[in-house]
Amino acid sequence: MEYVSPEGLRIDGRRPMEMRKLHAEMGVVAKADGSAVFVMGNTKVIAAVYGPREVQNRSQQMSDQALVRCEYSMANFSTGDRMRKGKGDRRSTEISLVVRQTMEACILTHLMPRSQIDIYVQVLQADGGTRCACINAATLALADAAIPMRDLVTSCSAGYLNSTPLLDLNYVEDSAGGPDVTVGILPKMDKVTLLQMDSKLPIDTFDNVMQLAIEGCKAVATYIREVLLENTKQLEYHRGV
Amino acid sequence: MLHNKSFVRKTKSGKITKNVREHYLRDDIYCGVPACKSCDSSAARLSACPSTILILDTNVVLNQIDLIENPAIDDVVVLSIVLQEVRNKNMAVYNRVRALCSNSARKFFVFSNEHHKDTFVQDMAGESKNDRNDRAIRVAAQWYQNHLGGVAKVLLITNDRENKRKAMEMGISAETIETYVKTLGQQDLLDLLVRPPSEDVVMEEVEDLRPSKRKVIYAEHKPMSEITSGLHRGIYHQGKLRVNRYNPFEAYVGSESIGDEIIIYDRTNMNRAFDGDIVAVELLPQEQWQEENSLSLADEEHEEEDVHLVPGSADDAPRTANPGQGSGANADLPSSRPSGRVVGIIKRNWHSYCGSLEPMPMPAGDGGVAHALFVSKDRRIPKIRIQTRQLGNLVSKRIVVTVDSWDRMSRYPSGHYVRTIGEIGDRDTESEVVLIENDIDARPFSSQVLACLPPLPWSVSSEDLANPIRQDLRHIRAFSVDPPGCKDIDDALHCTALPNGNFEVGVHIADVTNFVHPGTPLDDEASQRGTSVYLVERRIDMLPKPLTEDICSLRADVERLAFSVIWEMTPEAEIISTRYTKSIIKSCAALSYIEAQARMDDSRLVDPLTTDLRNMNALAKIMRQRRIERGALTLASAEVKFQIDTETHDPLDIGMYQIREANQMVEEFMLAANVSVAEKILKHFPVCSLLRRHPTPTKEMLEPLLRTAAAVGVNLDVSTSRALADSLDRAVGDDPYFNKLIRILATRCMTQAVYFCSGDLSPPEYHHYGLAAPLYTHFTSPIRRYADVIVHRLLAASLGIYKLPTVFQDAAQLTSIADNLNYRHRNAQMASRSSVELHTLVYFRKRPTDTEARIVKIRSNGFIVFVPKYGIEGPVYLTERSEKGEGEWFMDEQQQQIRKMDGSVTYGVLQKVQIHLEVVEPQPNRPKLQLTLI
Ligand SMILES: [Zn+2]
Repeated sequence: MEYVSPEGLRIDGRRPMEMRKLHAEMGVVAKADGSAVFVMGNTKVIAAVYGPREVQNRSQQMSDQALVRCEYSMANFSTGDRMRKGKGDRRSTEISLVVRQTMEACILTHLMPRSQIDIYVQVLQADGGTRCACINAATLALADAAIPMRDLVTSCSAGYLNSTPLLDLNYVEDSAGGPDVTVGILPKMDKVTLLQMDSKLPIDTFDNVMQLAIEGCKAVATYIREVLLENTKQLEYHRGV
Repeated sequence: MLHNKSFVRKTKSGKITKNVREHYLRDDIYCGVPACKSCDSSAARLSACPSTILILDTNVVLNQIDLIENPAIDDVVVLSIVLQEVRNKNMAVYNRVRALCSNSARKFFVFSNEHHKDTFVQDMAGESKNDRNDRAIRVAAQWYQNHLGGVAKVLLITNDRENKRKAMEMGISAETIETYVKTLGQQDLLDLLVRPPSEDVVMEEVEDLRPSKRKVIYAEHKPMSEITSGLHRGIYHQGKLRVNRYNPFEAYVGSESIGDEIIIYDRTNMNRAFDGDIVAVELLPQEQWQEENSLSLADEEHEEEDVHLVPGSADDAPRTANPGQGSGANADLPSSRPSGRVVGIIKRNWHSYCGSLEPMPMPAGDGGVAHALFVSKDRRIPKIRIQTRQLGNLVSKRIVVTVDSWDRMSRYPSGHYVRTIGEIGDRDTESEVVLIENDIDARPFSSQVLACLPPLPWSVSSEDLANPIRQDLRHIRAFSVDPPGCKDIDDALHCTALPNGNFEVGVHIADVTNFVHPGTPLDDEASQRGTSVYLVERRIDMLPKPLTEDICSLRADVERLAFSVIWEMTPEAEIISTRYTKSIIKSCAALSYIEAQARMDDSRLVDPLTTDLRNMNALAKIMRQRRIERGALTLASAEVKFQIDTETHDPLDIGMYQIREANQMVEEFMLAANVSVAEKILKHFPVCSLLRRHPTPTKEMLEPLLRTAAAVGVNLDVSTSRALADSLDRAVGDDPYFNKLIRILATRCMTQAVYFCSGDLSPPEYHHYGLAAPLYTHFTSPIRRYADVIVHRLLAASLGIYKLPTVFQDAAQLTSIADNLNYRHRNAQMASRSSVELHTLVYFRKRPTDTEARIVKIRSNGFIVFVPKYGIEGPVYLTERSEKGEGEWFMDEQQQQIRKMDGSVTYGVLQKVQIHLEVVEPQPNRPKLQLTLI
C-alpha cells in the first residue's frame, strides 16, 4: 500500500510533517466543573471534570494528596459500525489508566489533600489518534475547572510508513500496522510524560519519529494556549473587566 | 503548517458501514512547467518551453503503455486520479508509468489534481465513478489551459468519444491517441499502437484460410459475479494456470479447493488462458477425463518435441501427465487425475514476449499494413496476431510483442509490435533473447550503484587492521581452489595441524557485506538481481566488477577482508569447536582444481601447502563418507562445458565437465561451513533466518524412475533418502555407465532446493533431502548470490558485531525476498541452459556428428535418447511423423520396449544406440538439431 506518494502527499492530502486540523472549545458541559471538546481532523473527544470534591469512597482517601480518577468510553456512534462499545474492555481500561497517569503527573495533587478529581473522557468520533485527543481534551477541561497544574500536558502521535516518519496518523494510516509512537509532553518544562509504542523500530529511526511527535505536541500546546487565552478574554469580557 | 478546507467523503465498503475520510485541499501543488511564473518550479519536470503538454486519460495509459514508453511521447502531465485508476486496474502498468515519472531522461510530471484546491471535483448525484473521474480529468486539463495562458498548448488525449466531445465543449483541445501519433509523422510509432477491439473486423480476412473462421471458437468467460459465487459453492476452482513447457496443449491448475492439480487438455479447454493467469476451472465429468487425453494427441497442431539439454531436476523435465500417453494400452483404466476446463480468467498474466514472425508472403496493397502471426520463443505462449507496416523488415528479426486482447471469435490473441532485438540466428541477438525471456537485467550498473563502491585502488586500511571485530589472520597459510581462470574468488581455505594432533580448518569467505550496506542503491540492485548469471560466452554480475574481481575477490598474495568459519577437528573429522569471525587474510596461492589435484597426486611434493591439501583431502573424504552414510544422495548431472574461441566466441569443443577429488574436497568444506552457519543463525534468529530446504520427493515424482528401473530389472527402495542412496549404490549392471545413468534419471525426478524464511515453516520442513541435513543455508558465495549476503548479515548480527537491518523485522518482506531469490535463481539456471542449447546448435551447425546415445524413454513412434557426451536429449523417430507407429511398431508399456511387428527389431529403455546429429532447417531461419538412428 502506498501511504505516501512519490509526490510527498499522504492519502488524505497532507504532507508527512503536517497535522490534521485542530479545533477546541471549552465549557461545553454546563453541569461539570470544567469541560472541553477537542477535535483533531475527524477525531472528536469530549472531556468533563468534576472536583476537587469530597472523596466518595472513604477508604480511598489520601491524607497528603488528591485522588485522581479517570473514565474513558467511546460513544456507540463514534465509529462506522455503530456497535455497542463495551466499557470494561482491555482497551478502554488501558486508555483510562494512561490518561489518569498522565494527568496525575501534572496536577498539583498535594495542594488538594483528601479530595477527589474525576475526569470523564468520551470519544464522539474516532479516526485515529484517540488517546492523544483524550489527553488534550482532559488538559483543557482541567484548566476550565481551574485545577492547579504544573504545566499543560499535550499529546500527539507519529508513525513510520513507507520509510517516512508521519505526524498524527489518521485511522487508515493507523490500521496499516506500522509503528505508532504516542508522546505526551509538558511543553513549558520540556519534559516527556508519556511515551508509548506498539511494534518495533530501529533505534535511530525511533529517535526521528519521536522527535516528530514531540514537535506535534508543541504545536498542539501552542494551539491550546491560544484557546485558553481566547477563553480568558471572553471571561473578562463577560465580567465587564 | 497548512490546513485547507476539509470536507467529508463517504465510501461504502463491503458491509453497510459508512467511512468518513478527510481530504485536504492544498494551494502548494504546482504545475511542473519550469517557465511558469506563478509556481514554485523546483520540482518541475517538463521541458523548459514545451510547445504541447499532453494530458492522458486512464484508458490511454492502460492500453497504450508501450507507445507511451517510446521517447517520442514526452511532456506528459500524469494526473493523480489517472494514476489511482491505473493502479486499481493493472499494477504492472502502474509500475511502468511510475518508472517513467521518475526517469530523469523523460519529461513526465505527476500533478496531484485530487488535492489541488482548484481541480478537485465533488461527486455529483447520479454520476458514476467513471464519469466523475473523466470530469476530474477535464477540469484539470482546463485548469492547465487557463493557468498556462498561451505559454503552451494543452492537449487532452482520450479515445472516449463522449469525453472528447465534452472536453471540446469546455474549450479544451482533445484528440484520440491515433490522430495524435499520426501528427508526429513517425511511421513505426503506429505499430506500437494498440487498436481498439472494434477494429478487429479488419483482421477477419487474415485469420488464415481455415474454413472455421468467424465461428465462435471459445466458450464465453463467465462474469466475475458468477465466478465468485461458483467458487463459493465449490463448482469452480481457482488457481494459477501453468502450461507444460514441452507440450503447450496441456496445462495444470494447482487447486487448493480440491488439493490436487487439475489437468487442462488442449486450447479449447484452456479457453484463452495464458501461462501464469489466475483462472477459474470447472471439472469435467469423470468419464471424460481419459477421453480428453487422447484428444490432445490428435490435435492437428501438436508439435514435436525438440532436442534439448538434459534436465537437471524435475523442474526442468518435461512432464508426463500419464504414463500410457498415446499407447492406448491402458485406455480402459480411468485416469485418476481430474481434468477440467477454464470458465473464466480472474487475473491476466499478459506481458511481452520474444519471438519472431511466421514466414509469410508480402501482402499486396493495403497501404503497407500487413497482418502477421507472431511465434513466441516460449512454447507455452500461443501464436499472436499483429499488424505491422514494416513486415519486410521484421520477418528475419527477433522481435518483442505484447498481447492486447483475445476474443471468442479468434483462434489467436491479438497484440502489437513493441521493438526489434536483432537478426534471427545472430548470437548476440539470441543471447539477448535468452536474457529477456528469463527476465534477467543485463544493463550496466547505474551511476548511483557505482557511486557506492569504495575508491580504487583499494587496499586493507589501518582502520581495518585496528578494528576489534576483525581478526588478523594474515599469518595463516590460506589458499583458494577454483575452476581455471576464475576471477571472482569468494572462498579460501586453510588447514593447520595443531600440537594436540587435531587440525584447525578454516573456510574464509569474501567479506562482501563490508562493502554492500543495507538500503544503499548497490544493495537494492543486488537484491533485485539475486544472483550472477553464467551464460556460455558471458557472465552477468550481481555486483559491479571492481567488487567481484578485485576488492572482494580473495586473490593470491593480496590482503583481503573475509568472514571466516574456523573449526577444530580431530583427525577423524569430528568437529570439536566452531568459531566465526570477521578477518583479514592473505591467500598464498590461487590454485585451479587441476593444479590442486596434481599437487596432491605428485608424491614427490612435500611442501607445506601440498601437505595442507592432503590433510584437508583426507578430512574431506571422511566427511563425505559420513554424509553419504547419513543418506545424502550422490546424484549425477550432465553438466556440459564449452571451449570458446576467444576471438569469435564460437564454441570450439564441447564435453562433459570433469569432476575431480579436489572439487569434492572444496565442496565438502563449503557444505560444512554452510551447515555450521545455518545452525548459528537459526539459534539466534529463529523466525527471520534465511535457510535452504530441499523437499522430500513424493512417490509420484519418483514414479518414472521406478518404472524405468523395474523395466531393466533393478529394484529401487525410495522409502527414505538413505534407502534410495543405498539402492542407487547397488544398481550396477555389466555396463560401467549404467549406474551413472540411473543417477541422472533419479536427479531429474527431484525438485530443486529452495530458499525460505525460517518463520514461514516449522522445523521438520527445514530438512534438506539431497544433503540429508536437517539445516542448510548458503554462506559461501556472497559475490554471486544475494542469499549469501543476507546470511552474512544474519551471522554478523548473531555475533553481535553489527545490528540486524530493519527488513528482518518485516516477515512479509523477508518472504518476498526469499521468493524473489528463488525466482531469480530459477531464471538464471534456465538462462544458462538456454545459452548452452544455443551454443550446442551453433557447434553442430558446422559439425554433423555420429555418436553413442542411450534410450531413456519409449514413445509410440520412437524413443527419447540421451547423448552423454554432449549432455542433450531428444526424440528419435522410427516412423514418419505423420504416422502414429501403429501397424509397424508396437510399444510395450510394461517392458518399456518398442518392437517391430514382425519381431525382428526391439529397442528397450537404457539400451545403447548409435545416432547421427545434424542441424536442419525445415523453415528458413529456424534451425534445429535433429537426431536420427544409424
Ligand atoms: Zn504554474
